[in-house]
Amino acid sequence: MTDWPLLSITTFLPLLGAAFILTINGEAKVVARNARNVALLTSIATFLVSLLVWANFNPGTADFQMVDQASWLPGFDISYKMGVDGISLFFVLLSTFLTPLCILSAWEAVQTRVKEYMIAFLILETMMVGMFCALDLVLFYTFFEGVLIPMFIIIGVWGGPRRVYAAFKFFLYTLLGSVLMLLAILAIYFNAHTTDIQVLLSHPFPAALQSWLWLAFFASFAVKVPMWPVHTWLPDAHVEAPTAGSVILAGVLLKMGGYGFLRFSLPMFPLASHDFAPLVYTLSIVAVIYTSLVALVQEDMKKLIAYSSVAHMGFVTIGIFTVQVQGIEGAIYQMLSHGIVASALFLCVGVIYDRMHTREIARYGGLSNRMPQYAFVFMVFTMASVGLPGTSGFVGEFLVLMGAFQVNSWVAAFAALGLILGPAYMLYLYRRVIFGKLTREDLKSILDLSPREVAVFVPLILVVLWMGVYPSSFLAPMHASVAKLINDYQLVQTAGDPASLALR
Amino acid sequence: MYAAVVFLPLLGSIIAGFFGRKIGDLGSQIVTCVGVGLSALLSVLIFIEVVVNGHTLTVPLLTFIQSGDIHVEWALRFDTLTAVMLIVVNWVSFMVHVYSIGYMHHDPSVPRFQSYLSLFTFAMLMLVTADNLVQLFFGWEGVGLASYLLIGFWYEKPSACAAAIKAFVVNRVGDFGFALGIFGVYMLFGNINFDPIFAAAPTKAAAVLHVFGRDFPALTICCLLLFLGAMGKSAQLGLHTWLPDAMEGPTPVSALIHAATMVTAGVFMVARMSPLFEYSQTALNVVTIVGAATAMFAATIGCVQNDIKRVIAYSTCSQLGYMFFAIGVSAYQAGIFHLFTHAFFKALLFLGAGSVIHAMSDEQDMRRMGGIWKHIPLTYALMFIGSLALAGIPPFAGYWSKDTIIEAAWGAGTPIGQFAYVMGVAAAFLTAFYSWRLLIMTFHGKPRADEHVMAHVHESPAVMTIPLMVLAAGAIFAGYIGFEYFVGEGMTQFWGKAIFLLGDHEAIHNAHHVPSIISLLPSVAAVSGIALAYLLYMFAPGIPGVLARQFRGLYLFLLNKWYFDELYDRVFIKPAFWLGYGMWKGGDGALIDGCGPDGVAAATRDVARRMSLLQTGYLYHYAFAMLIGVAGFVTWYIVKVG
Repeated sequence: MTDWPLLSITTFLPLLGAAFILTINGEAKVVARNARNVALLTSIATFLVSLLVWANFNPGTADFQMVDQASWLPGFDISYKMGVDGISLFFVLLSTFLTPLCILSAWEAVQTRVKEYMIAFLILETMMVGMFCALDLVLFYTFFEGVLIPMFIIIGVWGGPRRVYAAFKFFLYTLLGSVLMLLAILAIYFNAHTTDIQVLLSHPFPAALQSWLWLAFFASFAVKVPMWPVHTWLPDAHVEAPTAGSVILAGVLLKMGGYGFLRFSLPMFPLASHDFAPLVYTLSIVAVIYTSLVALVQEDMKKLIAYSSVAHMGFVTIGIFTVQVQGIEGAIYQMLSHGIVASALFLCVGVIYDRMHTREIARYGGLSNRMPQYAFVFMVFTMASVGLPGTSGFVGEFLVLMGAFQVNSWVAAFAALGLILGPAYMLYLYRRVIFGKLTREDLKSILDLSPREVAVFVPLILVVLWMGVYPSSFLAPMHASVAKLINDYQLVQTAGDPASLALR
Repeated sequence: MYAAVVFLPLLGSIIAGFFGRKIGDLGSQIVTCVGVGLSALLSVLIFIEVVVNGHTLTVPLLTFIQSGDIHVEWALRFDTLTAVMLIVVNWVSFMVHVYSIGYMHHDPSVPRFQSYLSLFTFAMLMLVTADNLVQLFFGWEGVGLASYLLIGFWYEKPSACAAAIKAFVVNRVGDFGFALGIFGVYMLFGNINFDPIFAAAPTKAAAVLHVFGRDFPALTICCLLLFLGAMGKSAQLGLHTWLPDAMEGPTPVSALIHAATMVTAGVFMVARMSPLFEYSQTALNVVTIVGAATAMFAATIGCVQNDIKRVIAYSTCSQLGYMFFAIGVSAYQAGIFHLFTHAFFKALLFLGAGSVIHAMSDEQDMRRMGGIWKHIPLTYALMFIGSLALAGIPPFAGYWSKDTIIEAAWGAGTPIGQFAYVMGVAAAFLTAFYSWRLLIMTFHGKPRADEHVMAHVHESPAVMTIPLMVLAAGAIFAGYIGFEYFVGEGMTQFWGKAIFLLGDHEAIHNAHHVPSIISLLPSVAAVSGIALAYLLYMFAPGIPGVLARQFRGLYLFLLNKWYFDELYDRVFIKPAFWLGYGMWKGGDGALIDGCGPDGVAAATRDVARRMSLLQTGYLYHYAFAMLIGVAGFVTWYIVKVG
């Protein structure tokens, strides 16, 4: 089975499903039902295939594994090349894990254009998985930008009242970064004469060029993360996006920035990364404190969680640029954990939004009385979000701060303020929604979780606890790749600029 | 056996929590009580094995975090310190579980309550059996979660919700320091497991750690950061504000979590880290001063509060101060001894107060009590015993431990030790005073409750009073029995390697050889405190009112708890909301969006609209523009060429 092109199957299976849905015709109701079923089955099958990727993954090596390669534009040395290492493996799994849950969560919430919705989601999945597997810069860029299209459509078509504004804001921000990244890719190509990422990882770029390339990539990734001050698209996009759109946005799309830093910025431009690390620290610390405070005063549940995402991703960027084992492994872990937890929180909001059609915090209160199961689920993810030990949120934050403390204790201390502010806004939210007296008439008949919703949340809770109690399953496959990343980085730093000039 | 002692309560909690509806109230009460009860029995067996037979051991369970050279296991560590804590936690928890059957029987959410209690017990057991700092932190935050859930148990009360959040967030302020302390320890030792750290501590005594832009004595900065965590959890001066508010939770919770066990976690942690603290005199001094100041500060507030539970809460805060300054003068054994005795008599007092509240139809204000001792004589007697123990009257439990602490403070032979001694004696006086003020206001005098309530006053059922009697037995005998082993002749053998003392730190030994005037003074103070309370509240009940009017400023200062809450509200909470709002509307809205996407979009639209104004479609406009153009060109041509 190891000689099967597992990654390509994982990537394109959803596309196949989408094509199949396209052929469904007939009565609207029947089409909708079939589209849902096909989408769910396809995404579950994709998840199962991605589990095979995990099973076949060899944690002992830092090399790219399960590489598929095919000639694409031979004249330019651009090829179709896919592969995973310890850094990208779990992002692939995260994408394939969340997609079926998204489809399940939209089962009843989406009633218009069901067919098109399901197609958009499956295409989105292909793009996401492809992006994390791509080992060619042009291929990567194709997927990276390709993700935007279905997402833009999902927000713009199935979104809330201000969806057009949000979709454009989202698109403009990300496009600005992407254009600069495209220029950087061209510059890389003219310098190295290849777009093969594996080759580029050991290509010594001249120091002066590194800074420009780093900044160009930074523009793109910082928007995706999003880092302060280019984060303002996120709250709007989340608020207007349908629930499942928010889930993918928070769960996977934000991780593209962090993944980009790890895959490109650090290994390809180590000298520039070193120089710009203080900038990243500063922006990240501002993000942690600023957005936590802003989250405290939000009146819309989704906005609150969106701002908390920015704060959590601040930990990620700090961790990455410590270039230190705990820092980087913690950052990856934090991304995975946030992918699960923030997604789950958006799903939690979705549950009551589906019932009451409002996200305004003040419209709720006392839900615990009518919805004990929901209160429990929400509590689990609230705690995971504030990084309670035993949940996934703790491991990432703890490792990141530990790594940061070794490098710069001020950075760790300021970032650790997030430990205090996090519970403040999350528990305040929980209190206003779940606790209190149930006084509103329209809430008195609200129903607790349906079996379908339970089926969505149970896997998420299990993963959160698994990641919190036995993190080794996830950390062990990372070790080799992270060690190599750090090792290469250190070598360049000690060799310094002259070596890279000499190689030129 | 060793794993079961920790995981049985978790099992009980899960069953009661998830299947509470199926098995009913009674079912969940039985499940949780059996779980914790078995744990309590096992902890006796473990105590015998570990302490009496001297078999300390560590039970590894599972890998926890492995990243770089950090390798942390889930492991259970059993030594004397753990064994003592197991007895305290499990037995008090068991008593509280049983008591809750009676106390909560009117409540609609019994399974949830029992489940939370057991969850708390599990987290606390993970804390005391931790073999490394991360697992300790797990238990630490776990008890914080349980505390949050239980304080907010009556979630329909806004005050309970607010208190729950406050408890969690204030604890997080301490945990902020705790976490940084763990990082510092890792940076220093390259390890966060106890055994390697403790083994390496002597070699790091003079080490320097470069953090926060300058060099610090390594162990001092680590210990101080860790102590910040202990201050949060154990409600020491500055981070104490959550504890009195935590009394919003049901009374059994106050007894278990906010008196006997969780709040002592800070004391436990510092004692556990004794091999590190011993090498930092600065850190020990800070611990002494904070502890002594808290002991005194909380006692002053306790003297004027009117809510029966709040009085006991401030008393807890004050007693925790005693434990800390014992540790600060390197009398760890005395600190843990007091933790041990305090758990019994303070749980007894809280549960007794619960019994009173139960009898008084949920009244907590002592100004509306009085004259009920004849109606509930058993509760009265038990609370009297608890108060005797708290005040440190021989031969009750508190006398043995508190006297040892105060004597050890003197025995340290340092100015800071003497400061602690003075504070300790003064606080002992106040402790006795507010304890009897509480007893007299609650039980004696004329009834101040209305007839309806008075008609209902009744003694609690056996399921509530039997746990009280068990705890009362502890409050009477625990000190006398434990003295010999905890702090007396058998001390060295009893503690084994669980507590580390530097050779020249002899406060605990000197405690037994202080001048008799020094050792008599605390008891004298206690007796005079009781006498004063009788005088002011029994024989001349007019005087307190007069005093309060005469010294109105001081009275209000104490009544309002030194205005800590008001201060924090002004300095931290209001500005946080204000800043958040400003950054949201001003920063994100006006500045970033205004100059960023919205600004650019608006500018683009604006320019386009102006441009479009030129395109009017009238022929004569275009003709006019052409004429101007031609005129311009001609002029330019003539000027330039001519």
